[in-house]
Amino acid sequence: MNTLGLAWRYLWSRPLSAVLNVLLLALGLASITFLLLVANQVERAFNRDLAGIDVVVGAKGSPMQLILSGVLHLDVPPGNVPLSAVNALKTNPLVAEVIPISLGDNFQGYRIVGTSLAYPQLYAAKLAQGRMWDAPMQVVLGATVARTLGLGLGQTFAGSHGLAGGGHAHGDSAYTVVGVLAPVGGVLDRLILTDTASVWKVHEDYTAEDAQDRAAMEEEREVTMALVRYRTPLAAISFPRWVNTSTEMQAAAPALEVTRLLHMLGLGTDVLRAFAGLLLLTAGLGVFIALWSAVRERRSDLALLRMLGAPPARIALLLLAEALWLGVLASAEGLLLGQLFMAALVYFLGLDSALLTGGLQWPAELAVVPALALAVSLTAALLPAWGAYRSDVLQLLQTR
Amino acid sequence: MIKTTGLEFAYPASSPLRFPDVDLPQGTTLLLRGSSGSGKSTWLALVAALVPPIAGSLEVAGQNLTALSRVQADAWRARTLGFLPQKLHMSAALTVAQNLGLAFWAAGVAQDHRRIDAALAAVGVAELADRLPAQLSGGQAQRVALARAVLMQPRVIAADEPTASLDDDAAREGLQLLHSTAQLYGATLVIATHDARVGDFLAGAAADVPGHVQALRLARLQQPETSA
Repeated sequence: MNTLGLAWRYLWSRPLSAVLNVLLLALGLASITFLLLVANQVERAFNRDLAGIDVVVGAKGSPMQLILSGVLHLDVPPGNVPLSAVNALKTNPLVAEVIPISLGDNFQGYRIVGTSLAYPQLYAAKLAQGRMWDAPMQVVLGATVARTLGLGLGQTFAGSHGLAGGGHAHGDSAYTVVGVLAPVGGVLDRLILTDTASVWKVHEDYTAEDAQDRAAMEEEREVTMALVRYRTPLAAISFPRWVNTSTEMQAAAPALEVTRLLHMLGLGTDVLRAFAGLLLLTAGLGVFIALWSAVRERRSDLALLRMLGAPPARIALLLLAEALWLGVLASAEGLLLGQLFMAALVYFLGLDSALLTGGLQWPAELAVVPALALAVSLTAALLPAWGAYRSDVLQLLQTR
Repeated sequence: MIKTTGLEFAYPASSPLRFPDVDLPQGTTLLLRGSSGSGKSTWLALVAALVPPIAGSLEVAGQNLTALSRVQADAWRARTLGFLPQKLHMSAALTVAQNLGLAFWAAGVAQDHRRIDAALAAVGVAELADRLPAQLSGGQAQRVALARAVLMQPRVIAADEPTASLDDDAAREGLQLLHSTAQLYGATLVIATHDARVGDFLAGAAADVPGHVQALRLARLQQPETSA
């Protein structure tokens, strides 16, 4: 039997105390695991959804709103921009690609996005069934949309006005499902894609009073924003400034805005992190009390070990080994609890494929958890170990 | 063997204790007598190299203990001294064999299961190796503790109040085993006790070997008579 084996047996010689201490420590570690998973998944979701979009051009207003509405599809857009202005961007030599995005309608809470075929290509989306649209009023469903709404090829539906469910229904203009995308694990899964012209058609059909009216509307066609890819990275220096000063539109860099957003979210997770830290501190105190009382309870056992020839350092090491076991067990349990909590949260709140993607993912940051566990448990054991190291043999001999 | 001259020890903030000189040949028995608080434990701790004396010389099993560093003293004790405590200190979480294995762990050497079996066999409880301490009778536990004391084949066996809480028959049987086991291993035996039955037993057991048993009686106070 080596020191680790002996420490293991000593630990379980008081099972209740061992279980409670492991649990206490594990709860703090589970909170930290959870926080790390949330931060990791949000960041990854953002980066994934940015998908090589260099800049977003849309109506003037908050640049973050533009990104949240047009790239992450979480917010409403600041307004529309004229189609002609967006088309003018295509002639700019710095621009490689312009993808129009038109928002305005939804079906049962899922956004109907008018765009071009380049948009799904941006995310390397593949069709699971059917084909892409080749005419207005044909739609291709994201994987989550198809699954939750139970819509299949050939079925039709009418969109509602607005970006959340429950708006006015456009009763006369029905969309036909022509394709369903395979899951991409990103924002595309939650969208209903159609041709930009569909959105115009729906609204013109709805508002136009006669043919003349309609012609006027066609002249003033708008899109919500345009996703732009640069021809050269150098464009980042001059293109946004050109858009902001020479046009009625604004340019927002997704990478910049997402960094800003993560920074703001950071303030929120700081509170949770402080709370997890408090839990860990409490757990550390628990470990300390347990080991301290173990030393007191086992005074005579420790004295016997000294009589058998164990140097004080080996006895101190025995206590540290016990703390090590606590840390290892708590790490395993904390990681597991954190993952399960994350999985349960995503499952029960139906956050699936929004920002959080679920539990049982192991980003490298989670290495912090066992490191923290060992740091806390070993630190808590230092004083008891020192006590065991310093224990006065004579006093021990006399407390029979 | 144990040889002490002018041995003194002092607890913090109290006057020094002085111990009578001892000269005990290897393989013989010392009866260390005195009521509780008379310094029996202190004397045992000195002989076990657990604490250094403040004065005097101390030689045990051929080793001058005052010349050893703390670390050397621990290693020496693991090899040389078998200790039979009054309370047997079996770890409840460990089997009998594992409790014996503690001695190997304490000495920092690899577990030797054959020696554990041999030591248990020497005190007649080979079949108890896999029991837990809670499953042992008082007599069995005492035998196991003795097996643990002789596991490292010590030159000196120190027993602290081995007959406390035993009735006459059990005490006689226990002492018989302790004495014969010490003889078997050729170890010097030190029995610290205030139980008069131990002296009676040793007188009978070693009647035919003159000088085999020596007695060291410690008075309640060995402080120098400064008040006179």
